[in-house]
Amino acid sequence: MNTDNRFPLLEIRNLTKIYSNIQALNDISLTLERGRIVGLLGPNGSGKTTLIKLIAGLLTPTHGDIFINGYRPGKESKAMISYLPDRTYLNDWMRVMDIIAFFADFYADFSSAKAYDMLSRLQIDPHARLKHLSKGTKEKVQLILVMSRQAHLYLLDEPIGGVDPAARDYILSTIIGNYNPDATVIISTHLISDVERVLDDVVFLAYGKVAMVSSVDDIREKQGKSVDELFREVYRC
Amino acid sequence: MQWQIQGDRPIYIQLLEQIKLGIISGVLPAGSRLPSVRDLAAEAKVNPNTMQKALDELGREGLVFSQRTSGRFITEDRQLLDQLKTELVTQHLEQFLGQMRSIGLTREEVLAIIKDKLSEEEKE
Repeated sequence: MNTDNRFPLLEIRNLTKIYSNIQALNDISLTLERGRIVGLLGPNGSGKTTLIKLIAGLLTPTHGDIFINGYRPGKESKAMISYLPDRTYLNDWMRVMDIIAFFADFYADFSSAKAYDMLSRLQIDPHARLKHLSKGTKEKVQLILVMSRQAHLYLLDEPIGGVDPAARDYILSTIIGNYNPDATVIISTHLISDVERVLDDVVFLAYGKVAMVSSVDDIREKQGKSVDELFREVYRC
Repeated sequence: MQWQIQGDRPIYIQLLEQIKLGIISGVLPAGSRLPSVRDLAAEAKVNPNTMQKALDELGREGLVFSQRTSGRFITEDRQLLDQLKTELVTQHLEQFLGQMRSIGLTREEVLAIIKDKLSEEEKE
């Protein structure tokens, strides 16, 4: 992997996104380094998915700049980013093995061997058609596709929401064990207590702004609370 | 090894304590080679950087040492291992005595219940 160390992996400057009359993100600035697992946390509607889509290049900013390894979102950045959307986008009639072939064709950094290995660990039949799989199994297939790439930046939007606790454990250890030590993983989720121990840092979003950036152990050390507890306190309804 | 991360204390400290316990109890024998950071992290289901931090601290305390190409090993320094054991025992003992005091037991009562409990366990 060619990593250009002159630039941070991700740099966001004064980013604002307005949907017609709703302000989803309000003047966000954030820099992330390589080799980190970052939790993007916040209540519903705080702007998590909008931020991820902007980084992935699926939305354009209203104001502000995003740089991935020094590139603005575009052809170059998309080759570096492996993105798991918050909903399924694969064609239902396809077989799992066809989708793998499709991905292998599409992404130069995709490893079919890795994908098949993970499928067998999770006991998913490669011959099955997607529409015959349960909701949770479909989510697992999507995550396998995303994690089988050797990307610089993984954007995982709610990767564990729909899967059972055993598979959750496997998925988290896949994220820990699989990714390149120079790559950074951004995980957005509500299930903080499940992911807390795999995270380096957390970014709290609230009302379209960055409310806090901290390392997990700093929160535990300085506040004497787990991230989960702190979240419940900060966002008490 | 069994890993348990819980509560609100820093994760690397909990890892540190559990590796120390593994060393004292012999689950991780003196002189043996530790698995890689990545494998340990995957096993404990924690972030590799957090595991690295725990191992760095163990290194500073002299309990593990790195050999440039072949990985990390647990110290064979008996004196250091004995000292670690004493520290841990003292720590548990102080905690226990503190709890007994807060319940309101006197020294004599504490001694008596310990003797009773031990002879009870002997019979079983």
